[in-house]
Formats: sequence, C-alpha cells, structure tokens
Amino acid sequence: MSLVSTLLPLDIVLGVIVYWLLLGLLALFSQNSHFITRYIFPAAAFGSLVLAAVAVISLGTPANFAVLPLGLPDLPFHLRLDALSAFFLLLLGAASIGISLYSAGYFRHMASGTLALLCFEYHLFLVGMTLVFLADDAYLFMLAWETMALSSYFLVTTDHAVPEIRRAGFLYLLIAHVGAISILMCFGVMQGGHGDYTFATMRAAHLDAFWASITFLLALFGFGAKAGILPLHVWLPEAHPAAPSPISAMMSGIMLKTAIYGILRVSFDLLNVQLWWWGAIALTLGLITALFGVLFASVQSDMKRLLAYSSIENIGIILVGIGLAIIFHSFNKDALAALALTAALYHSLNHSFMKSLLFLGTGSVLHATGERNLGKLGGLIHRMPKLALLVLVGTLALAGLPPLNGFVSEWLLLQAFLLSPGLPNSYLNMLVPIAAAALALSAALAAYVMVKFYGIIFLGQPREANLSEKAQDIDLHEWLGLAWLALGCIALGLFPVYIITHIDYVTQMLVGHNLGTTAQSGWMWLTPIQAERASYNPMILIAAIVLGVWGTLFVVKKFYHGRVRRSAPWDCGFPEQTARMQDTAEGFGQPIRQIFDLFFGVIREVPSPFDKKPHYHGATKDLIWEWCYLPIAKVNEKIASLVGRLQHGRIHIYLLYSFVTLLALLAFVR
Amino acid sequence: MNGIFLQIFQNLLVLLLAPLLVGWVNQCRAWLQNRSGAGVLQPYRKLVKLFHKDAVLADNASPLFRFTPYILFSSMWLAASLVPVIATDLPLSPAVDVIALVGIFALARVFISLAAMDIGTSFGTLGARREMLVGFLAEPALLMVFFSAALISQSTSLVTIVETLAQKQFVIYPSLAFAAIAFVMVLLAENARIPVDNPSTHLELTMIHEAMILEYSARHLALIEWASALKLFAYTTIGFSLFMPWGIAEAGTLKSLPLALFILLIKLSIAGASLALLETVTAKMRIFRVPEFMGTAFLLAVLGMLIHFLLGS
Repeated sequence: MSLVSTLLPLDIVLGVIVYWLLLGLLALFSQNSHFITRYIFPAAAFGSLVLAAVAVISLGTPANFAVLPLGLPDLPFHLRLDALSAFFLLLLGAASIGISLYSAGYFRHMASGTLALLCFEYHLFLVGMTLVFLADDAYLFMLAWETMALSSYFLVTTDHAVPEIRRAGFLYLLIAHVGAISILMCFGVMQGGHGDYTFATMRAAHLDAFWASITFLLALFGFGAKAGILPLHVWLPEAHPAAPSPISAMMSGIMLKTAIYGILRVSFDLLNVQLWWWGAIALTLGLITALFGVLFASVQSDMKRLLAYSSIENIGIILVGIGLAIIFHSFNKDALAALALTAALYHSLNHSFMKSLLFLGTGSVLHATGERNLGKLGGLIHRMPKLALLVLVGTLALAGLPPLNGFVSEWLLLQAFLLSPGLPNSYLNMLVPIAAAALALSAALAAYVMVKFYGIIFLGQPREANLSEKAQDIDLHEWLGLAWLALGCIALGLFPVYIITHIDYVTQMLVGHNLGTTAQSGWMWLTPIQAERASYNPMILIAAIVLGVWGTLFVVKKFYHGRVRRSAPWDCGFPEQTARMQDTAEGFGQPIRQIFDLFFGVIREVPSPFDKKPHYHGATKDLIWEWCYLPIAKVNEKIASLVGRLQHGRIHIYLLYSFVTLLALLAFVR
Repeated sequence: MNGIFLQIFQNLLVLLLAPLLVGWVNQCRAWLQNRSGAGVLQPYRKLVKLFHKDAVLADNASPLFRFTPYILFSSMWLAASLVPVIATDLPLSPAVDVIALVGIFALARVFISLAAMDIGTSFGTLGARREMLVGFLAEPALLMVFFSAALISQSTSLVTIVETLAQKQFVIYPSLAFAAIAFVMVLLAENARIPVDNPSTHLELTMIHEAMILEYSARHLALIEWASALKLFAYTTIGFSLFMPWGIAEAGTLKSLPLALFILLIKLSIAGASLALLETVTAKMRIFRVPEFMGTAFLLAVLGMLIHFLLGS
C-alpha cells in the first residue's frame, strides 16, 4: 500500500470521486433546492471537467496503480488507470459536464426534499460509474457495478408515486441483476480456481478455448443486459421515459458505455485468446440490435421512448465495431482491428454527446409543455428557438450526416467493412457484405427517425394550441449544458484526427496497433489506412458548404431585390388547413410499419363508418416480449405452482417432509 | 495550379451545364411524346423568371425554412463539383469520398424534408414522409453500388475508382453489372423521375418532391430547382464515373480538356435521351409499390457486392 508522494492522475481521479461524494452528502444535509441547483450541480460539472482533463492527460501516460485498504479484510480495492479506463473516464467526464450544468437549470422547480435525495443519488451514480472504469479486481468491479445499478434504479423511480414508473424501475432492476449474475460468473470462470480475483491474475491465467468462450459468452450476456443488446433490451424503452431527463441522458449517454467498457475489458484485455466466431456472434447480434432498435424507434410516438430505441440502435452499431475488431484480431490483422475498434470507441464517444443532448432537449420540451407524446407537440421552433437550434445539431449528428460527429464513426466503420475481403473464412466473407448493407440500412433509417423526431416536435403548427402557448424557452443553465454537448458534437465531427490520436493509445493497448492518422497527411485529413484508399476532410466539407451558402446569399442579395411578402400557406389552394391535418407521429411512422409488418405486433382498432363516436386506436408491440419473456414467466409460474403443491400449511405434513428427508439422508450419506 | 484551375472550371461548368441537362431531358421527352417542347434553354428562362419574382413566405415559416434552399443548393453544388466530370485531378476530391458523398445527399434530403414539415400543411408532411421513405432505401443502395466499385479499385475515393476502372481493359465485372442496374433505379428514385415520382406534375396525390416544395416561391424555389438540376447532373456523372469512365482527362493536362468536354457532352446527351425514353415508356407506380422497387434496387446492389466477395473479382 503505497500512495506515491507525487500526484498521479489516478490520485486526482480519486480526489474527484471524494469531491463528488462530499457534494452529494452536502446536498443531502442542506435540503435547500436553491442551494443545490445553484451551487452543487455546477460544482459537480467542475469535477467532471477536472476528470475529463485528467483523463486526456493520462491517456498518453503509462498505467497507474493503487491499492486501497477499504474493502473487506484481506480483500482491498485494486485500482488501475490505463488507456482504456482513461478513454471511458474522458467520455464520462465530458458528457457529464453538460448534464450537470443542465441539471442546475432543469431541477430548479423540484421540491427540496426529493431534490436533495436525487442529488445525492446522482453523485453516487457518477462515483459508481467512475469506479467501474477504475476497478482492477472483480470485487471492486462488482461493488461499483451494483452501486451504479442501484443508484440509477432509485433515480429512475424518482416519481415513484406513478405505478408505471415503479414497474419500469422493477424491470430495470431485474434485468440489471440477471446481467450482474452473469458478469459474476464470468469473473468466476476467469479466476480459474485461484481464489484471487484481481484482474492481474486473470490476465496471467491461460484459459483453454472452451472456457475462454464460456467467459466471453457470459460477459456478452451480462454486459449485454446493461447495454440493451437484443433480447435484453426490454428495460431500456421502459426505464428511459420513466426517469427525469438528465438521468435518462446520463443512463443512455454514459451508463450504457460501461457495458461497452466491460465487453472490451474482458474480451481484449483479460482474455488471452480470441476466436473468430465470437466476433461473428457480436457482429450478428449488433446488427440485429441496430436494425431492431431503429425500426422500433421509427414507430414510437413517445419522444423519450423513441430516443431509447435509438440508443439500442447505437449500441448495436458499437457492438458491430467490436465484433469486427474481434474477427480481425483473431486473424492477426491488427491494423484493421485497430480501425474497427477506433470506430466503435469513436461512436461510443459520439453517442454519449448526441444522445445526452437529445434527451436533455426532450427534458426542456417536457418542462415547457408537459407533454411527452409527439402527437401533441409541434411548432416549438417558434416558441423555443434557442432549444430548437441546439437540438437540431443533435438531430443531424444522430442522423449520421456530415460534417457532424455521427458521420465520422459510421464512415470509419464502413471503411473497416470495405477492407475486410481476404478473410480466410468463407462464411465471414459472406457475412461481411450483408452486414455492411444492414449497417447502411440502419444508418439511413436513423435519418428517417430523426426527421420524424425533430419535424414533429419543433416544426409545423402546434398540434395542441394550449400546450405550446405557455411554452417558454430554456434558461441559462440549461442552455449552457446543451450548448456544451452541441459544441462537442460539432468538434468531434470537425476534428476527427485529433480525437483519433487519443483513441490510438487505447487501440495500441488492446490490439497492439493504432491508426496513426496524423503522421500520414496532417491534422485535417482523416486517412485511416492510406491516403489513396480513403480520405475524408470535414473542414473542407464544411468550408465548402458554408462558403456556398454565404456566397449564394451574397449573390442573391446583390443582384436581387430581396423582397419578401408574408401570407397564409398556399397548400395547393386548399382552403381549410388545420393543425390536425399534419402527420402525427403514428402517421409519419406508418410506411415503416407497413413495410416491416412482420417485425411489429400491430394492434389496430379502426371504427366502422357508422360509428356514432368513432374511436381509433393503434399500437405496436415488441414481439420479443411475447416470444422471450412471457414464456419464461409462464414456465416460472408453472414451477412455482408445482412447488406450491408441496405446501399445505399443515404442521404434520411439514414434519413428515423432515422425517422423509432425514431417512433419505441416512440412506444416502450414512 | 492546374488542379485549382480545373476545380474552379468544373465548379462553374456543373453550375451552368446542370439546367441544360434538365432542359435536354424535357425536350427529348417532348419529342418522344410528339410535342414540340419548350426548347433546351427553358430551365434557364425559368430560373431567371423565378429570380425576378417577389418571395412569398407562409406566415409561420421559420428561419429553417428560409435557410434550407441555400443549404440544399450549396451541398448539391458541392456534390456535383466533387465528381470527376472532365478531369480526375481535382483538389477537392480527396476531402470527400463516396461515403461522404452519400452523406451530402442525405444532408440535403434531411434538410428539405425538415423544411417541408415546417409550414405544417398536409401536403408538406406527406411529401417529407415519402421522401424519407424513398431515401432510406435509396441511400444504402447507392452506398452498396459505390462499395461494389470501391472493392474493385481498393479505394473509396471516386477519383481513384475512375482511374482504376478507366485504365483496365474492357472487362465486365459481374458485381458492377448488378450495381449498374441498381444505380439506375436509385437515380430514378432520387431524382424524382417517373416510375417513382413525376417531375412535371403538381396536384397529384402521389407526388413526392413537388409536395415538399409547394410552399416555396421565387428565389427560394429557383435555388431548389437549380439544386435539383445539379443533383441530376451529379448522379448522371457518378454513373459515368462508375460505369463508363472512358474519356475523362487524367493527370490534369489542359490539352486533353476539350476532348474530355466533347466526350462528356456526347455522354450527357445520350444519357439524357435514354432517361427521357425510360420515362416515356414506363408508367408511374403506386406509392405503395415504391418500397418494393427500392428494395429490389437495394438487394441487387447487395447481391453485386456479395458476388464480389464470393468470386473475389
């Protein structure tokens, strides 16, 4: 146990953890909502800033270790800050700056008692996630994992008076724990009977292919439950709408990435061997998850559910990158593995910015209008122009459009696909083009979803006049938080090479290779392999578009009178035009529902022409719930009822059971 | 220096030539339908007319609505300038490869769809929904077409693709054959051409592109029309680059420019006439058949790529 006298990055990170815990306790004891929103949340954002800065510095430095004598006797906490941890700490810090700043504005009207508790849990959640990234033994990892799961459970059930929210919270807790058991078993296999649960021992252990595969599958299942990989995604669309918006942002933007971290840590760092079919499984699962997520996102009418399904999609895309990296790595094509892994990590970082931004944006809409249902919103760009602009950035980024950040990671991933011919496995050679096609399809569908999301909330006429009239634009703190995240989306899109030089440390650690993009053609040119093979320069792209727009505006202003007349919308001369004639959320999603009919369980009640009070009802159900979960529940119930037969509530029957058991024991054990 | 000169030349060339292509297609169509037609210069006259009018904006038009035509115009101009039309030595080309090119088309599509939803009319949202419906299948299909070519030339840079394909002797790649059919289908759909949409009608319940731009007038409409022309031009020249790359001046020698320009004009007139013929002999589809049409294009493109992976050629 030696804490070095000079301040290591790890010490500063531990300092931030203690600082956050103190802030949480301070909030708990102050019970003053003005104090909490005005001082504690901005202070938390400052902690995040320090964390992000330290993480950036420690990416390039060798791993730091620490052993804290805090746990059980003989079972101290092992901590380690290496490149992989540092990258995810950077993600955590950078995204939570925006979320904490936003929270300072968002929670200002909350009752102080609830807020104090929420603020405490919020900081505990942050601490839990930070420790997950730092843990270097299975014991601390599980402890931090559970802290994270439980604190987020309580955050999700902030409005626990509502039965649906309690139900959503329960589902979340259940699946989180099914996953946790699987992770625990995965660590159990990896320690291989040594009784030593440090990651260092696991790295040193040599598992044979069978046990390594068991470990990988357990990890994929366990972390998949947290990430929302199919079919363990069911909690996501329930829990995200239930939680307050900053919490949804935190869960979707950051917490899902802890699962990505876990998969990477286990499969690239702790396990020594990698088999190609692990990658094929991850790739296939990722694609199914991505397509499923985006299809369901397109038919949602609740804006937060829509974003939750979109998170499932993005996790799928990240998993595709990881799967591809495993495939390449197992065939010793490390340069390509580094490319695929860079794409996955880059997309994780992107998603934490853009999804946090959009979830926070829905929070402001919710506060301003009290509506989560897309069908009752509309026209908010006039009432909330500041919010509309910032959300537009997130929308375009999530739709994967250049020159924003979502495009960069998809570009990298597609490049990785294009470089894959020549894999020494014919099945993979068939899988890869289909996978590339499916990925392109889900990226294109994401644009559909985002047009629906933005168009229905912010554009058009207000669908319910009374709702949008009282809407007020965001306050300063909310604006700061959102603007930070929007700036992040833009910066991640415009300076990919700078970001990738930092990701290079991670890929160097995990697959022993990096892209080294700057060395090739300078900081503006993203050239993952060779300049002749592929290059992308977002600066020139945006310069060309901005110049084009500005030049056109200038020329039009110069040579044209510039007169504008306002009048009623023309709409092909159609005289009666009301807000109810616009597409609803269901209407906009209808083509997708019709084309992909097979995947949806559609319930539709259409009135007959003679109904006095016509009533229309349509809903789409998640079929996986019926195919996977209900059968399990039924089997459980059946077993329970069988077990129930043993119980009669009469004392002599229980005595008889004891007697029979004793006899049996005597007969067998002797 | 040559490169910069060529780039500027190409930028101006595509800007000025794009309406001519539209005019030529319309003229050919008129001849095929036994009409005399308005002449190939009609699109220019229309642009001039629109630029002189007063812009009428709907009461509730937001800044997004006013801004979109400019974004649309400049992104389509950029897209058309990036394609190696007469020479491959373009300094802008390495900045944007084929994937980014698809991204630029998507950017334009998302903006025009958002603008269509801005006024909140029934036609506007209808058009936006249908445009995104066509787009979400056309975009991956186009990407797969590009990938088939990129796999042959080992590069996603359009310039490298053209150079590789133009230098090789004439071989029919099976993957490119599939890709070519898929590309034509995508071209028709993305440019609001006949089996999918009809560029020459208003007030039709099956309209897509026209429904989105109903509320635009004057300079905004002119910019959108010009952008559509540029888009058709970009798609046509992409088709040339992938499937008939011969005659594009390489290495940026200025001497070969006149010949390249001549060849380009011949190719454009043939392509325009074929497009007019295709539009005349086919009938417009029901809107619900469009996903099947686009799905076929997508599957053909994927099949092309799969064949490349399986045959390794």
